[in-house]
Amino acid sequence: MAEKKLMKGNEALAEAAIRAGCRCFFGYPITPQTEVAAYMAKRMPQVGGVYLQSESEIAAVNMVMGASAAGVRAMTSSSSPGISLKAEGISYLAGCDLPAVIVNMQRGGPGLGGIQPSQADYYQAVKGLAHGDFRIIVLAPAGIQEVVDLMGSAFDLADEYRMPVMILGDGMLGQMMEPVAFPDSEAPVLPEKEWACSGTKNGRKKNIINSLYIQPAELEEIVKARFERYAEIEDKHAMSESYMTDDADIVLVAYGATARIAKNAILAARAEGIKVGLLRPITLWPFPTKALKALTSTAKAFLTVEMSMGQMVDDVRLATECARPVHFFGRTGGVVPTPKEILGEIKKISGGIK
Amino acid sequence: MTDLKILIAGFGGQGIQFAGKLLAYIGMYTGKEVSVIPSYGPEMRGGTSNCSVNVSDAPIASPLVVNPEELIVMNLPSLDKFEAACESGAKIFVDSTLISRKGVRSDVEYFYVPATGIAGDNGFANLANVVLCGKFLKETGLCDLATAAPIIKKLVPAKKPELYELNMKALEIGYGL
Amino acid sequence: MAVVFSRPKSLSDVPFHYCPGCTHGVVHRLVAEVLDELDICGKTVGIAPVGCSVFAYNYFECDMIEAAHGRAPAVATGVKRARPENIVFTYQGDGDLAAIGTAETVHAATRGENITIIFINNTIYGMTGGQMAPTTLPGQVTQTTPYGRDPKVNGYPVRVCEMVSTLTGTAYCERVAVDCVKNIVAAKKAIKKAFTNQIEGKGFSLVEVLSTCPTNWGLSPEKALQWLRDNMMPYYPLGVYKDTTEENK
Repeated sequence: MAEKKLMKGNEALAEAAIRAGCRCFFGYPITPQTEVAAYMAKRMPQVGGVYLQSESEIAAVNMVMGASAAGVRAMTSSSSPGISLKAEGISYLAGCDLPAVIVNMQRGGPGLGGIQPSQADYYQAVKGLAHGDFRIIVLAPAGIQEVVDLMGSAFDLADEYRMPVMILGDGMLGQMMEPVAFPDSEAPVLPEKEWACSGTKNGRKKNIINSLYIQPAELEEIVKARFERYAEIEDKHAMSESYMTDDADIVLVAYGATARIAKNAILAARAEGIKVGLLRPITLWPFPTKALKALTSTAKAFLTVEMSMGQMVDDVRLATECARPVHFFGRTGGVVPTPKEILGEIKKISGGIK
Repeated sequence: MTDLKILIAGFGGQGIQFAGKLLAYIGMYTGKEVSVIPSYGPEMRGGTSNCSVNVSDAPIASPLVVNPEELIVMNLPSLDKFEAACESGAKIFVDSTLISRKGVRSDVEYFYVPATGIAGDNGFANLANVVLCGKFLKETGLCDLATAAPIIKKLVPAKKPELYELNMKALEIGYGL
Repeated sequence: MAVVFSRPKSLSDVPFHYCPGCTHGVVHRLVAEVLDELDICGKTVGIAPVGCSVFAYNYFECDMIEAAHGRAPAVATGVKRARPENIVFTYQGDGDLAAIGTAETVHAATRGENITIIFINNTIYGMTGGQMAPTTLPGQVTQTTPYGRDPKVNGYPVRVCEMVSTLTGTAYCERVAVDCVKNIVAAKKAIKKAFTNQIEGKGFSLVEVLSTCPTNWGLSPEKALQWLRDNMMPYYPLGVYKDTTEENK
């Protein structure tokens, strides 16, 4: 690890992608993630990679599909409205079993919405990004160093399971600066992708990258096989951080930037003698169901905090099987909850428990 | 024990974001945890600009400073907007060249620095932000000038060494007030 | 006995799914012959569209990618930028290229992407059963223009070669037809040139092929060919619309 640098989330993310071996970036400007594209435009030529500004988000994700099909690590990034446009392409990536990394630095919605931080695309990322039976891995870093660390995992998981991986951040994470250290390597050695379309060189059978299966039984078989891989991912790759949960009567559940704010509220609550902790999902899919379920034996109540009207809270209820009350507090539209507001909710719940 | 929750606010173009980065770099190079969040969007273009900075011995939880413990303001709207939000006991640094009114709270500490005037008189009109940072370092004890010097050197583009001298002079004047 | 006619090596040994009399098969063969003659099948990546030629990935012996509707030029861009050493072509119909994929087509051209596009214009959506295409002629009856295409309601047909030829990034575009032997020979020449341009790094090449759809036109294959000559050729004149590659020589 080299000396730490103070870097903006969007720029650190781009640098981390390059160091993870990403050599093709296709994007389209949108606040608050444009620095990813600007950084890539500067850096990609220095490492012999490709940066191309596409005519649309739709084209960008399809360029990613082409580069990925050709066997190269590729990514695109955007913010909420742009991700809706990319949705079609992400379904095709999933249907073609192609690896790719997609970044969503969320902003307020729906529609054009706003440009301030939001977490209102949780359903989209985790449940219903586009048509068809498929999943994508969704990683939710809460700090810039974690963005950097997860970027390598994102590309590795995408390649290992041949599927799209999303980094679900928000405007705050994209815009904020924190000290980061990068892995030393600028070009990891990656295994050959035998399935890639880069020419048969008249030496092997042709490869076909395709998501069309006209026979229902054949399509069902392929989707089922994919879901076996998904089951393995759910089993092996769910990640979360537990913060002061051991003795916590109330467990907050929050991801990304909101989890950072929740920690302030927890410290303030503990100063007042209320035992509160935090379970922070790092993977949103697979959701850390086991970690949450385990807490139902010690916690008396859960409080989900989101920058939305309440989306992840559904998964918290499912994971805890409603064994304990699951409360919700959220701000939306680009409004960031304050530690004081969260503390207020904690006190309300705490009063109910006592 | 360092735990600074700093908000810097003013007009776009006054170097608000640079001041934020400067304080964060000082924190980082003196071994502390830091975070910086700029305001972003259309307000970058000529409107108000602000910047949350955390410098702490402990890992930063929320990077967003809603209730500042240190406030640096370079225009009246920012003082009007953030004065009331400050924590009790907060230190408020006011560019008194640009803000003629005095503070209204009795539970906080005000430092009136005619930073824009000083900067203009010394031939570095665009470094009023750094003058304020100098005063900030002095009053918070974040670091002394000798510690700050090599950090300023790192921040200044290698191609413009004269900027190092100017920034140091601005910082020294602020520190000496 | 001497073999005088055989399947090109670049064409897979599987039956086409196309309707009797459809000219997709002719164009597939021409592309495969060109891949053989230029000896590039081993380094070629083809992009199939959505539409009647959606199964094109089954018919060529090179690596093939099936794109979403209209997105083939973007996918081709991704492949070509990632692997400039590969030869990349798309094979697209009129709905794919000139309606849902207009932006991808225009911007691939204007970027001067060094790719080859084979564009099949048969004035109709074939796969979905004969609806109006962006190239459906004024007055032409389709399932979704049952009273004939009325430009006041549906606008006018898009002339792709004319449009693409206005873009600086386009190196070469030509409109050909596969209605008779003479035109088929000319079509092959154009397709070969479009691939040769890419090999030589000359940039974006598009060949528009006027084709028939006997099934959805409701005509016999022979009458369909005549309909193409009588109705399509006056609206879509054959010829070279742009060729900067000759100037470069």
